[in-house]
Amino acid sequence: MVWVNQDKTAIVGIGATDYWVRGQSHPRTINELVGEAILRACADAGIQVQQIDGFAYYSGAGAGYGDRMDTASLMEMLGIPEVGFTAALTSGGGGAAAAPGLAAAAIMNGDANYVVSVMALQQRKQRLGTVFGAGPPTPENSFLQPSGLVGPGHLMSVLARRHMHLYGTTRDAFAEVAIATREHALNRPKAIRRKPLTREEYFASPMLADPLCRLDFCLETDGAVAVITTSTERARDCLQPPALIHGVAHGGRAEWGRAFAWMGMPDPHFASSGHKPVADRLYAMSGVSPKDIDVALLYDHFSAMVVMQLEDYGFCEKGEGGPFVQSGAIRFKGGSIPVNTHGGQLSEAYIIGMTHIVEAVEQVRGTAINQVPGCELALATGGPASLPVSGLILRKA
Amino acid sequence: MPYGAAHLIPGERVRISTDSWTEPFWQAAKEHRLTAAQCGECGHFRMPPSPFCPKCQSQQTEWPTLPGTGAVFSFAICTKSPYPDLADFVYVPAVIELDGAPGARLVTNLHGCNADDVSIGMRVRVDWNPIRDGWVMPVFRPG
Repeated sequence: MVWVNQDKTAIVGIGATDYWVRGQSHPRTINELVGEAILRACADAGIQVQQIDGFAYYSGAGAGYGDRMDTASLMEMLGIPEVGFTAALTSGGGGAAAAPGLAAAAIMNGDANYVVSVMALQQRKQRLGTVFGAGPPTPENSFLQPSGLVGPGHLMSVLARRHMHLYGTTRDAFAEVAIATREHALNRPKAIRRKPLTREEYFASPMLADPLCRLDFCLETDGAVAVITTSTERARDCLQPPALIHGVAHGGRAEWGRAFAWMGMPDPHFASSGHKPVADRLYAMSGVSPKDIDVALLYDHFSAMVVMQLEDYGFCEKGEGGPFVQSGAIRFKGGSIPVNTHGGQLSEAYIIGMTHIVEAVEQVRGTAINQVPGCELALATGGPASLPVSGLILRKA
Repeated sequence: MPYGAAHLIPGERVRISTDSWTEPFWQAAKEHRLTAAQCGECGHFRMPPSPFCPKCQSQQTEWPTLPGTGAVFSFAICTKSPYPDLADFVYVPAVIELDGAPGARLVTNLHGCNADDVSIGMRVRVDWNPIRDGWVMPVFRPG
């Protein structure tokens, strides 16, 4: 059953600040970064910031970990006169790709016309890499934190190990994800890592949480990214060709649940990305199949989780993600499904999923730096993380 | 290069907190008794302990004494100290499937062996690590 609101809304504006290595955006304030990203997205769309009348966040409107975004503060700062919608998806980065879906819900319900989704992070006070070990213990995380799994990479290394055990996946697969993603970042002026990555360098990288090494971990960066969603009708008056929201879904199954903050997932959910139920729904609502997707912007906080998403989104069979990536399938040059043509979170910048949405928009506009020829459909994902995880399919207008 | 011995997280660094649903687990650990929350109606195990059985929504909860043995479901080998003021050491966070409590897992540390020798499916038994505020954490060693 194809989604009733298919192609009725579109992303019309994208805006980003510079990207900085962790902590280096200081002395800019977090709201300053948010404001700059929103103003750039407005300029890109060709609208006035005063026309924004809705906010659709994810991650509970958190800005990284520790900072928060507040619509009233942003209205006061930017001179936005009135909003008809301000809401957030729950939990963390898993919702990233569905923030424009929340915006679409607001627009189709008649609550707002120009809805901004934004993420910003600064890591001066608390780096993400050790975030789970930093807080005071709660009754719930007292069953996780004492193990010394202090950061997301440590947690996901346990999932990667299970995938290797069940399916024979090797570190060569994770290496290929890191190397291919780096190759895509080489020609991008804003990418943090722009030097070619060799296999020798990859295998010399220190093991932070075996089976994952430092180069399997994404960057820790500062910056902000905003996107603006409006109705496809209004999009005609904007500067850029609209990136039509062809399908968007968030959620997931209880068997995944809190995922690596829980570790109770039964097989085969444990060694997965948790995305399969969302992927199935996304394909059903959009009426497309994996072979129709021209470019996949997969949430790459850790290389191994790209392998598992390729399986869950049906680009290969379950358990075959390793050999699939090792065949060169995810390369921009010569791959059957180019993945993270923007250099991803591993090599360009980590803004908790937003750079994937920006790249999806540029790919269907036809303006990406590593443009996939004839790109009609782009997939972007948010998570694996605690539910929700999310997926977004954009279509060329 | 081999990793060598798997160390425990120093107990004086480990803090927990409890609520009325998790405290029986930690009180049992103080007595060196490994338990898990089991539904008093349908027998389903759930960890961490929570106010309702997710299978039948009952709040009746039992705390059976488990054999204290289990198997490694998955694990990581970590080499960096989680504490900025403490020198790096090797430790093995592990997810353990508990004998006698189908579906219940503990996320804990393995010790008493070299990190290099840990494998999925390895048989382990519980051991006890005193932590802050008089609590005791169940950890595991081969056996």
